[in-house]
Amino acid sequence: MISADLIRFTLSSASSHRLRSGLTALGIGIGVTAVVLLTSIGEGLQQYLLREFTQFGTNIISVSPGKASTFGGSMAAAFNTTRPLSLGDAEALSRVPFVTHTVGTVQGNAEVEGNGRSRRTMVSGTGPYMPRVWSFAVALGEYLPADEQSAPRPFVVLGSKVHAELFAAANPLGKWIRVGGSRFRVIGVMESKGTVLGFDMDDAVYIPVLRAFELFNKDGLVEIGVQYEESASVEEVVAGIRRMMIARHGGEDFTITTQQQMLEVLGSVLNIVTIAVAGLGGISLLVGGVGIFTIMTIAVRERTSEIGLLRSLGAVRRDVRDIFLGESIMLAAFGGISGLLVGGLIVEITKVLVPALPLSYSIPYAIAAETVAILIGLIAGVLPARKAANLNPVDALRTE
Amino acid sequence: MIKLEGLCRDFQVGDQVVHALDHLDLVIRQREYVSIMGPSGSGKSTLLNILGLLDSPSAGNYWLDDISTASMQDDELASVRQKKIGFVFQSFHLVPRMNAVENIELPMVLAGLLPADRRDKVAAALERVGLTNRADHRPDQLSGGERQRVAIARAIVMQPMILLADEPTGNLDRQSGEEIVDLMENLNNQGLTLIVVTHDPAIGNRAQRKVRIEDGRIKIDIQ
Repeated sequence: MISADLIRFTLSSASSHRLRSGLTALGIGIGVTAVVLLTSIGEGLQQYLLREFTQFGTNIISVSPGKASTFGGSMAAAFNTTRPLSLGDAEALSRVPFVTHTVGTVQGNAEVEGNGRSRRTMVSGTGPYMPRVWSFAVALGEYLPADEQSAPRPFVVLGSKVHAELFAAANPLGKWIRVGGSRFRVIGVMESKGTVLGFDMDDAVYIPVLRAFELFNKDGLVEIGVQYEESASVEEVVAGIRRMMIARHGGEDFTITTQQQMLEVLGSVLNIVTIAVAGLGGISLLVGGVGIFTIMTIAVRERTSEIGLLRSLGAVRRDVRDIFLGESIMLAAFGGISGLLVGGLIVEITKVLVPALPLSYSIPYAIAAETVAILIGLIAGVLPARKAANLNPVDALRTE
Repeated sequence: MIKLEGLCRDFQVGDQVVHALDHLDLVIRQREYVSIMGPSGSGKSTLLNILGLLDSPSAGNYWLDDISTASMQDDELASVRQKKIGFVFQSFHLVPRMNAVENIELPMVLAGLLPADRRDKVAAALERVGLTNRADHRPDQLSGGERQRVAIARAIVMQPMILLADEPTGNLDRQSGEEIVDLMENLNNQGLTLIVVTHDPAIGNRAQRKVRIEDGRIKIDIQ
């Protein structure tokens, strides 16, 4: 039997029961649609989060206090079992080979008062190189000066939202405001960066680290951000940082996290999420497979005499098997393609209607879903097809 | 051409063994017209199934064209059926969703012939059974006699040597039945070996050679 004839034969038998074949294919179609939709959400989320992360640049290493084998070094810092990260550490790290800039940060919440208004907001103690390390530019005025790290002047740089809330459109440069009760002079306003992972960078004020230490009564940095030359190898920079920190602290009581590691961990977490939702969709595919199995079993019973006829006309067992397997695969493939189209359509329509939703049609998952659908068709068809192939031709012919 | 020697076919029915064929010997030469008659349960259908290689004997030998069929595997049996044997059934066994041409094509489709090679043969077969004007009709649009003609066209389209007919007129009225027998006899005159199983004496007695089977053995064999 040539393939064109096999396809024609299976098509004719499937289309002779249009409704039944359609419903059977629908089972698989719904499964594939589910996989397409769920993986589109997963993929969209992944791209969204990666975008959020990489807007800082990728050549960043973060050093945080405390040593933990997993992420979350700050937990150890909370229990205060290790030496805190000092400004001296940050300064020393900027001398490590390939390192361009470092910025130590400490954060807290405080009342910000100015222009007769007040707003409770995030206060970030940072160093002069923060805009460079985090690719965060100043829109108005200038950033905290590089001088006098040990006794910084009471300067503050406003996030764009704080600026808008306190001063509306007015120029705040040179104005004095109160941050947590202390007076600071506004010397700059940051450009709007928006939210990063739900963290509003614009609803914050930036003051010198030592001032923040005083304000929050802290003596250690939450994190030191290290920016290195893009051409340098991460491993080398990390090794340099580790050597320097161990020399200063006498042991490894800190955690070094590269941006790449963060991305990898984020990526692997999101991959698991995507795989998990694909698996959920896969369950509906499985249900569709059960439907195909049922229908094929019925079809073999209904067409027993036809099977007998085919055998009498010279069909070998393999031909009979191929005919029923082909039909099963065709139902699944057809359902799968419909599912891909419907899923794709829903994704595109949703993108237009709800642009905020991070959706992305994932081609590899679409291909995988179709492949799995065809595989399920194959598996669901094996038993009925084998049963058909092994029918005794004489008995089959006698069945009416 | 056909040589049966000590042919037995046993069936297990419950804990009893039924001898459907019991040491049966038969020789059928090329171009013969043989009717096989007998009461129901006499073994005539079993014999036809074995002749058609749909069933295999429990014991004994079956030579077709001087080749023993005993050692043939599924593939070989199918290929011999395809090339040498045509079947005509009581209930026609047409595929309901296919029209006459597609039904007649089936053996060639299964043999892997290309569509271009099939067209002329289908047309010729339709011509021989006189159904050229019914080519694109589906079975449910044809009369009983016409259906059996399509089935005969399908049986001869591969140009077999033997035509095996199992009660070919059983589902037809007398007139259509006679037309079908006329058609088959006509094919026999053109060189086809014709073996008809029937319990209808009016049909059976038209054959040149009449074989009567009872209890799995040949009772009468009139040449």
